[in-house]
Amino acid sequence: MTNSIEDLEEADCILAIGSNTTEGHPIVGLRIKRAVMRDDCKLIVAEPRHIRLCYYAQQWLRHRPGSDVALLNGMMNVILSEGLEDEEFIRERCEGFKEFKKVVEEYTPERAAEICGVEADDIRRAARTFATADSAAIVYAMGITQHTTGVDNVLSLANLAMLTGNLGKEGAGVNPLRGQNNVQGACDMGALPNVFTGYQPVTDAAVRDRFEHAWDVDYLPGNPGLTLMEMMDGAHKGDIDVLYIMGENPVISDPDVEHLKEALDKVDFLVVQDIFLTETARYADVVFPAASFAEKEGTFTNTDRRVQRVRKAIEPPGEARDDSWIIAQIASRLEYDMGDVSAPRVMDEIASLTPSYGGVSYARLEEGAITWPCPDAGHPGTPILHIEKFTKGKGLFSPVEYKPPAEMPDEEYPLILTTGRLLTHYHTGTMTRRVRELDELVPRNRVWVNPADAERLGVEEGQEVAVQSRRGAIKLEARVTEKVGEGVVFVPFHFGESPANALTNPALDPVAKIPEYKVAAVRILTGKSMAGIEYSISTI
Amino acid sequence: MEKIHMNIDGKDIETTSDRTILEAARENGLRIPSLCNEQRMEPYGACRICLVEVEGARGLLPACYTTVTDGMVVRTATDELMRIRRTILELILSDHPKDCMTCESTGNCELQDLAYEYGVKDHRFRGEEHHYEVLADNPLIERDYDKCILCGRCIRICREVQGVGVYDFVNRGFDSVPGIPYNKPMMESPCEFCGQCVSTCPTGAIISIPSKGKGRTWQVEKVRTTCPYCGCGCQLDLHVRDGEIVEVSSPVMVGPGQGNLCVKGRYGYPFVHHEDRLTRPLIRKGGELVPAGWEEALETVSKHLRKAMDGKGPDSIAFLSSARCTNEENYLLQKLARAVVGTNNVDHCARL
Repeated sequence: MTNSIEDLEEADCILAIGSNTTEGHPIVGLRIKRAVMRDDCKLIVAEPRHIRLCYYAQQWLRHRPGSDVALLNGMMNVILSEGLEDEEFIRERCEGFKEFKKVVEEYTPERAAEICGVEADDIRRAARTFATADSAAIVYAMGITQHTTGVDNVLSLANLAMLTGNLGKEGAGVNPLRGQNNVQGACDMGALPNVFTGYQPVTDAAVRDRFEHAWDVDYLPGNPGLTLMEMMDGAHKGDIDVLYIMGENPVISDPDVEHLKEALDKVDFLVVQDIFLTETARYADVVFPAASFAEKEGTFTNTDRRVQRVRKAIEPPGEARDDSWIIAQIASRLEYDMGDVSAPRVMDEIASLTPSYGGVSYARLEEGAITWPCPDAGHPGTPILHIEKFTKGKGLFSPVEYKPPAEMPDEEYPLILTTGRLLTHYHTGTMTRRVRELDELVPRNRVWVNPADAERLGVEEGQEVAVQSRRGAIKLEARVTEKVGEGVVFVPFHFGESPANALTNPALDPVAKIPEYKVAAVRILTGKSMAGIEYSISTI
Repeated sequence: MEKIHMNIDGKDIETTSDRTILEAARENGLRIPSLCNEQRMEPYGACRICLVEVEGARGLLPACYTTVTDGMVVRTATDELMRIRRTILELILSDHPKDCMTCESTGNCELQDLAYEYGVKDHRFRGEEHHYEVLADNPLIERDYDKCILCGRCIRICREVQGVGVYDFVNRGFDSVPGIPYNKPMMESPCEFCGQCVSTCPTGAIISIPSKGKGRTWQVEKVRTTCPYCGCGCQLDLHVRDGEIVEVSSPVMVGPGQGNLCVKGRYGYPFVHHEDRLTRPLIRKGGELVPAGWEEALETVSKHLRKAMDGKGPDSIAFLSSARCTNEENYLLQKLARAVVGTNNVDHCARL
């Protein structure tokens, strides 16, 4: 997030797009609701499903899954044609405006409406609301990023924020909501194939020099490594001999499960380090029992870049050990001494090598959270980014053309499947489905079907149906609801016994390599046509 | 917002014009009792326990609802105020169970604390008493209206903070309770099971079922940490008794959540103690994963890593780090990949 969670309450307008905030990020959801209820903030929700946030919205734009660029270009077309842009901001702080403008001019509200299924006048109204607010914030989540056009979608949001001068000030910003407790931190720490900590590129020889020196090694590789999806493809081709997985469950979370399981089978040696024998761990050659969050010291960095303490409350069960110890043990057996791997000492090492974490220390964290960038011990942290100028100098407008999703519905697979989370469960269900009370609240998976589609298919509420895509099929219960539009079905991905990702499309965004979880073509089968479909992934 | 100079109980205080008397007093370490007030909500002025005397004002004023003015002189503990507070407490207790011995909230009950402080052991008001059925119509939240003092905190937090509004007062007069429309079970209401009502209830009227009977507030150690679920980063207090997490709460006005949690943050902790937790390393032998010692498991893994490094080379090895693990662990894993094995094949599920 460029701005803080608290800061959302300062916004005069919030555009929530591709974020089911009250379920995916409930506490951010509270801030948005409060901004609306207390301070008359105008909320625009752009979302194919009717989500709870729609009850608080001044306007709900039900655009077709995967049509975000068209919708946003349409809004920006209105802003430009009505002269609502922030000329000074564009002139002083941005570049690339001309090329961007040329593309946006092509997206009249009428043309955008045709692509995204939202009335042209509604696009106009949303554009005016957003552009005329004193401060307007954008909130988005995986509904924006998990597309083959994920990067295009994000660039379009950046365009919208720059066009209206909504960066570097209170109540504004481009605010991606990170889906997991420490996904921000994992990225910050360089758990990415192309960067060390603090996004320092592995291709930069000077950076490598610094790390080589600090880590006391002669050589660090300068070629970017493989992304997760590329690793799995590599495994498929037999290029990966050892795969070492710490605390992830790709068998449920990755698209096209069947492809992934074959990949895991082809890896010579699979190591999994986790707290449960997850669906992925069942494929392992060695499983290390790890400590849970309550059993170790450390830090998480949340979605608004806030570094906060994790404290040990209880002992790990049996012989389970914390991940740091396990990693250090492996390192020492490969003749590398990691030294003292206690959390405060490791944070000192991180701070010494990472400019944005330079001022983070356990002594300071005792006093409270620190929001990076925090370059030195005296720095207060930075809740709002890009004040006065962008970190990289000028903000770059990107001309973005609409591209359809990789797989569109056709006669054979006539429905669009979109996937997501429920409030009660979390990600692959490893944790929440083992909490009896939570599983009692939502015990099974359901596919949401629009009443018109249901009638046509002869599907009734509570009926067992199968959802099938070109990649797989699952059986589950139907929920007939207007919360999904006609031609769209929704399946949550928490349930190992009917995994949504048996259906999803592994087509990737060419830059970010993120799979298109939010759009796949499917069909619904009932009665005899379901025969033979039996999803049998090992369940918890 | 202007600077205000005022005096509370003889102490000169400087504050700002947006403060209530209650806030100004608390910020200066002066305690005025309250029941219906809570920092996460707007002032309400229902319970009258915070009545204070303001020089020149007609009648007594609720400290929670009265904003400060320059030159204000406030007295919070006159004999008359003490008498009135005792009477209010007596009135509340005249229709309140005396089961503190087994009540879930003992030690964490604002009514109990005030009865103790004001020495209210019994009451003068004999009459009708309510005996409602305890409502446990869902796995998480239990309601016992016998213990309700009608402060309206559950109603207001659900409406003002959670923006849902499951509760409202139903019935009139003596029979008023914070009910759910049509007395429906919670599972059929729009309730999100965040437990904000539990966290604000000043008595034992609304409690969490999973932590029932698991430990008194003085029997648990509270450990401050960060929620392991989504990216909001809410601050949690894990209540630990004898090595078991028995409850989770969130410190009020601290961190992104300000004391508010969602159903996962508040009730999603028992997985930690689940019998499925891995407790020993496992090694695949003859097709089966069988328990093994650490030494053997670590050796096996290092051997295979070494073999691949010396064989096809470091890039035949790939690491998946974790958005669930700590910063320090992620740092160490990428260091293992880069510095020890010699590959940049390290990623995690940021994209998933």
